[in-house]
Amino acid sequence: MIRFEDVTITYAGAARPALAHVELAVPEGELALVAGRTGSGKSTLLRAVNGLVPHFTGGHLEGRVSVAGLDTRDRPPRDLAHLVGYVGQDPLAGFVTDTVEEELAYGMEQLAVAPSVMRKRVEETLDLLGIADLRRRPLRTLSGGQQQRVAIGAVLTTDPRVLVLDEPTSALDPTAAEDVLAAVTRLVHDLGVTVLMAEHRMERVLQYADRLLVVDDAAVRQGTPQELLVDSPVAPPVVELARVAGWTPLPLSVRDARRRATHLRFELAATPAYAGPPVRVAAGAAPVLTASSVVVRHGQVVAVRGVDLGLHAGEVVALMGRNGSGKSSLLWALQGSGPRHTGQVDVGGEDPGSVTAARARALVGLVPQTAADLLYLETVDEECAAADRESDAAPGTCRRLLERVAPGVPGDRHPRDLSEGQRLSLVLAVQLTAAPRVVLLDEPTRGLDYTAKAALGAIVADLAAQGTPVVVATHDVEFVAAVADRVVVMAEGEVVADGPTVEVVAASPIFAPQVAKVLGAPWLTPAQVREALVGVAP
Amino acid sequence: MSTAAPARVTGGTAGGARRDRWRTAYLPRALHPAAWWVWALGLATAASRTTNPLLLGLVIAVATLVVVARRGDAPWAMAFRLYVWVAVLVVVLRVAFRVVFGGGAGGPVLLDLPTVPLPEWVAGLTLFGPVTAQALLGGFYDGLRLATMIICVGAANALANPKRLLKAVPGALYEVGTAVVVALSLFPQLAESVLRVRRARRLRGGGGSGIRALRGVVVPVLEDALDRSLELAAAMDSRGYGRTEQVAPGSRVLAGVCTVGGLVGVCVGVYGLLDGTSPAVLGAPMLVLGVGLAAAGFGLSGRRVRRTHYRPDRWQVPEVVTAGAGVVVGLGVWLALSLDPAAVNPSLSPPVWPEVGLPALAAVLVGVVPAVATPRTPLTAEEVGA
Repeated sequence: MIRFEDVTITYAGAARPALAHVELAVPEGELALVAGRTGSGKSTLLRAVNGLVPHFTGGHLEGRVSVAGLDTRDRPPRDLAHLVGYVGQDPLAGFVTDTVEEELAYGMEQLAVAPSVMRKRVEETLDLLGIADLRRRPLRTLSGGQQQRVAIGAVLTTDPRVLVLDEPTSALDPTAAEDVLAAVTRLVHDLGVTVLMAEHRMERVLQYADRLLVVDDAAVRQGTPQELLVDSPVAPPVVELARVAGWTPLPLSVRDARRRATHLRFELAATPAYAGPPVRVAAGAAPVLTASSVVVRHGQVVAVRGVDLGLHAGEVVALMGRNGSGKSSLLWALQGSGPRHTGQVDVGGEDPGSVTAARARALVGLVPQTAADLLYLETVDEECAAADRESDAAPGTCRRLLERVAPGVPGDRHPRDLSEGQRLSLVLAVQLTAAPRVVLLDEPTRGLDYTAKAALGAIVADLAAQGTPVVVATHDVEFVAAVADRVVVMAEGEVVADGPTVEVVAASPIFAPQVAKVLGAPWLTPAQVREALVGVAP
Repeated sequence: MSTAAPARVTGGTAGGARRDRWRTAYLPRALHPAAWWVWALGLATAASRTTNPLLLGLVIAVATLVVVARRGDAPWAMAFRLYVWVAVLVVVLRVAFRVVFGGGAGGPVLLDLPTVPLPEWVAGLTLFGPVTAQALLGGFYDGLRLATMIICVGAANALANPKRLLKAVPGALYEVGTAVVVALSLFPQLAESVLRVRRARRLRGGGGSGIRALRGVVVPVLEDALDRSLELAAAMDSRGYGRTEQVAPGSRVLAGVCTVGGLVGVCVGVYGLLDGTSPAVLGAPMLVLGVGLAAAGFGLSGRRVRRTHYRPDRWQVPEVVTAGAGVVVGLGVWLALSLDPAAVNPSLSPPVWPEVGLPALAAVLVGVVPAVATPRTPLTAEEVGA
């Protein structure tokens, strides 16, 4: 269905090709997962399928890309619209109309589908994706998972044979991600649509994938997931666990792994009892930040409903909960820059909400969800110099911090040309320049690959070891399992669970990481299992 | 449901079928936006012909009544209040200008303000001076005429979904229509992005003042907007936007000339029709010629685009009634006033109580028909909850 024949793609002005000599064939009706590190050329590969590369982005394409026998060289993306449905990373940015029903019909209107057929297909698509109750809703009021399903529905109505999805679940909470994936697998099974999907959170998709395409340094390797994951640099926790335990062939789903794990469970039970990660909080110490009865309202909507929270030195707290449960509002209220209607926040006797912005920054540092909003200068060095000035730090402080969190970021590079992980590191360094007593991170793992996430985890642990409490709001259960000491779960603006990671996360059907699902508590990460088996005290 | 059952029994006859169709047309739904515009422009045309406060007041009352009866709860429907405030402001300003710049001479003096002489270079203008009843009344009548027209336009805006109207534009204007729709939906996003970045600036300590602070907001917002636009363009391209048929360049030029020429003709024609003092040939004949040319142009260039409409608004009986009511008001008032010139502009010196004949009043009252003769507009809450 999709064929790449010796394809090399070079963007204008780039020294090296984004993809080099790619040979690829995805047969009809398969779900192919594209994996690889950030910036490895995954998006280029996806966009080449419907001709957005090079027709839209510019650049030079050698070789031949064909879909169902049609060469993308002769046809711009609009002339492939009946064949290939493409959904970009941010579904909201790709919406043309403003209600669900009109968005579903838009593509068909462009292709001049007869009105009676349109009417029928819109109804079918609404049912197929389970969004019939949303039909008249404005697109902007939908949640992330709903938007993603509408975006998929909007390209499905033109009856394409191929569906290309760029990171469809990265920004979603676990439940919303399951909804989207269930819809996609239904398309593959029932309609025989060929799906090509890029996803950093491989653990979510791997079990459904027939074929894995690993993009590494402009080259693409393809094969079944079992073959490729044996030595792939990026692998989900369940595969890492299998590598530790030496299982072959590799299990891809939690269910496969659990059936193999009987022996491993016995083995682990024989090791010295694992007590969970070391406790970093000194008993009886006063909290660095105390918040009591915090209420945040946006108009009529109550985002945070009387939350009490204490953060102790050396603690890493994960803030979890579905999209819209009030996590971001709470973080902004704690930092003092966001609204707070009632309640007290106290950091060393000062309230970050009632001091100047510069002082609040020295009390609590926040890295917001869209971290790039903080950057406005042309080079990394200029940003660093500005950060030193803003927080009256000695010149070079920010650059030194950046070197520590992400070594080797070129100083003359434009911040927008950095990788997602490097940009996040830069913003973190800018915020750390003020030496805040508390650090808050809002969805930092969005768009990070496994390697970048591990690096971020090390930075967070490092900060905590120096006595700075760190709060991470995230959907990423694997990241939480690896870094957090304590988990706070929010729902409808209230705290519904607050306790040690093992207790809160391992017992939850939704927030449990893969290793906990396979082995049960207290095992949360492959690293813990490896340490226990090798016999090194954790 | 219970009323529909007997209708179905008698549905076999031609009369029954017509009655069924009639009932379907009157189920709650949004009316075709063009029908509301024709109705509102009819009222506005009637208002433009006269300064008679009785007639103008009646036009305002009719427009308000229909808006209250038939508007939904969408954001644009709430804009009517805004138009009313603008209209009030126009009347107040008109009267205030007469006081400040002095009005025409004559009539009883109500307030004797001292005259402020202005320097040589604005010769001919004086500030203040005696305020006469005639000047005030003249200002009020003038302002009221403009205010009425504003309220008529406001009524159309409150009743017709602007985006549905854009969907109904002819194929040749499709690209322009899409651009407007995209701009309309991007604007709130831009505002949101400004708020978000300003909030983020505080995280960096506020970032000084002046140019530097402005740059800290403008640069990320523009980068964000640019990213979004590219993303949107890519999405539209991959969904088939702009698939066109091949046409000869000659036919494209012809279509362009017809369209532009036609639109100019329409502008001149409308001006001629509304301005009572221009030569008659610039009125109706010019309008007809312009409409004809524009239609030809649209037809020619529309042939190049192949596209269908999802659930288009259909033109049914209530639409005909609504648009017809507007046309009757416009024509009726025009006819009635040409038979009764005294009622067009009530005398200012001496100020007399304005009078208006029965035919003109009756013509304006026809405008109230859509308040009852159109289907009810469903509220969004009902649609969502259904």
